[in-house]
Amino acid sequence: MAGQVATGSRSGLRSALPLLLPAYLWLTVAIFLPLSAMVFFSFMTELPLSGKAWSFTLDNYATFFAQGLYWTLLLASLRLGLEVTLWCVVIGYPAAYVLAKVFRGRSREAIFLLVILPFWSNGLVRIFSWAMVLREGGILDTALNAVLPFKINIDLMYSYPAVIIGLVHSYVPYMVLTCYLTLQAIDDSLIEAGRSLGASRLQMLKRVIIPLSMPGLVAGAALIFVPVVGSFMEPRILGGRTGTFYGTVIEDQFVAVFNWPLGAALSFILLAVVLVILALASPVLKRAA
Amino acid sequence: MAGVQVSNLSRSFGAHKALDDVSIDFADGGFYALLGPSGSGKTTLLRQIAGFDFPDSGRIAIGGESVERVPVEKRRIGMVFQNYALFPNMSVGDNVAFGLSVRGEAKATIANEVQRALDLVQLGKLGGRRPHQLSGGQRQRVALARAIVTKPRVLLLDEPLGALDKALRVDMQIELKRIQREIGITTIFVTHDQEEALTMSDRIGILRDGRLVQEGPPEEIYDRPKSEFAATFLGDANIFRGETTGTGIRLPDGTAIAAGAGAALAAGAKASCAVRPERIRIATDSGTSDPNANMLRGQVSKRIFAGNNSTYFVDRGGQTLKVIVQNTGIERLAEGQKVVLRWSPESTVLIAGS
Repeated sequence: MAGQVATGSRSGLRSALPLLLPAYLWLTVAIFLPLSAMVFFSFMTELPLSGKAWSFTLDNYATFFAQGLYWTLLLASLRLGLEVTLWCVVIGYPAAYVLAKVFRGRSREAIFLLVILPFWSNGLVRIFSWAMVLREGGILDTALNAVLPFKINIDLMYSYPAVIIGLVHSYVPYMVLTCYLTLQAIDDSLIEAGRSLGASRLQMLKRVIIPLSMPGLVAGAALIFVPVVGSFMEPRILGGRTGTFYGTVIEDQFVAVFNWPLGAALSFILLAVVLVILALASPVLKRAA
Repeated sequence: MAGVQVSNLSRSFGAHKALDDVSIDFADGGFYALLGPSGSGKTTLLRQIAGFDFPDSGRIAIGGESVERVPVEKRRIGMVFQNYALFPNMSVGDNVAFGLSVRGEAKATIANEVQRALDLVQLGKLGGRRPHQLSGGQRQRVALARAIVTKPRVLLLDEPLGALDKALRVDMQIELKRIQREIGITTIFVTHDQEEALTMSDRIGILRDGRLVQEGPPEEIYDRPKSEFAATFLGDANIFRGETTGTGIRLPDGTAIAAGAGAALAAGAKASCAVRPERIRIATDSGTSDPNANMLRGQVSKRIFAGNNSTYFVDRGGQTLKVIVQNTGIERLAEGQKVVLRWSPESTVLIAGS
């Protein structure tokens, strides 16, 4: 019996190989090679493509620790990631709950489409449309002044809230989707059983529904937190001068200052910090899930 | 604990009448089975009593108090679901404790009550397990313990044994009945399994297309079904259709069948007679027996041997009759054999034609 299983899995692997190969080949070429090159660059004094003489050094990493500015920006970016993730939970979880437990059939499909719709538009277009909405004399300002009897000035453009708004808008669908999947898997009879035992809706949410949908919340948070900490497009366009974050500094090293080695080093420090945070959080999250 | 009265209850979903003017009195402390095919409205009725759904019209009273607009969490009922609906994120003990802890009972009281409930269902040592570590029968017991630990007024069971295999189901039937007797709780049990309804309940209500077809103790429904549907859904029955003679019916071919029980009907009306397969005696000769007995001749078309009994299918003028015979000896009738069927009028129920 055991032998049969073993041969079964071996022949299974042989037939699976052609199916796995393209994906792994692509991952190797598209991610592993450039990433290795970046690791290599981060230990260089000069970019080899520039034609100047170069040697190996640890200076790029030392720069991060020597200048408080990078620390401050990294902390600001981590705070940004945390805030955006929290807003996505606050906005996305209730929406996912309603989608999974209230709507049925066609109306669910329609509302679902509205959640996914932003994915179909270009990210840059989305950010610039927010710029149109948030600036002074923009859509939000005009609309509010048309309704309200007194004059107010809404100028959120180039501010921290504008960055938050733009990022939450971009990332909230991830939270909706991951939470929707776990919420939908919760059998309705569990909720009915809880109610028959006298639990209020709030007690059901706290003791059954949130614990059971924790994997979705964790997956959504990881999907949002990691890219937001390294984000640069939204901070730059919507934040202006206030939008200097760790991600924008890395981008500057690559596209403005052309100090690729420093940019690469900063990227890997960010990667290390994010991995440490996820590792520290995982036992806590696993217990909760 | 309390009885449940359902009066003139109706509920429609769109054009579909799920419940149509149903009235049943569930006696305090009784074990009541709601029996019917799928779509008969039995689960809808249970959900109305539980409070998951509200009726369009009619009244539901638990212990004399009107509850038809009271939501489920305020009705103080206990419910066991077909799939058990145990909370997978909690231990067995926490599942059972849930109803007490959402009420804010003291920790010591909860621990005591949970242990008592688990002991009652004979799972006293498994409080620390997770639901997924239990077998189907054990989950069933946990669901039952969780439902009764809060001391509900009524226990509602929605096909609770449907997911268990045959042997386990019989065990659980006995177990469920024992626990119900021990705590004396009014119990309403939805099932589509007629054997389960017969063996477990004090009273049975048969539902069909949202209407209550017949209601009463198991023996009464089995011995005196009031409709062809009741006769064939609860147990097996041979149905003869013809015209009433007042004391029985005359078949289209002129054969008279005498009935000793059932509806009083005016002569000449359309009617049926129902006879249980085990009430018919089968023999190869006409013999000399009770002259009042009903008698038909036929030919064995098929025999199914089931160990302790045999089922004979007997062809008789275009109709196939079913006869069940206990295998008390080794003599058996061969297929193709000409036979005589006899049964007493007392075993024959007259039913108004539909």
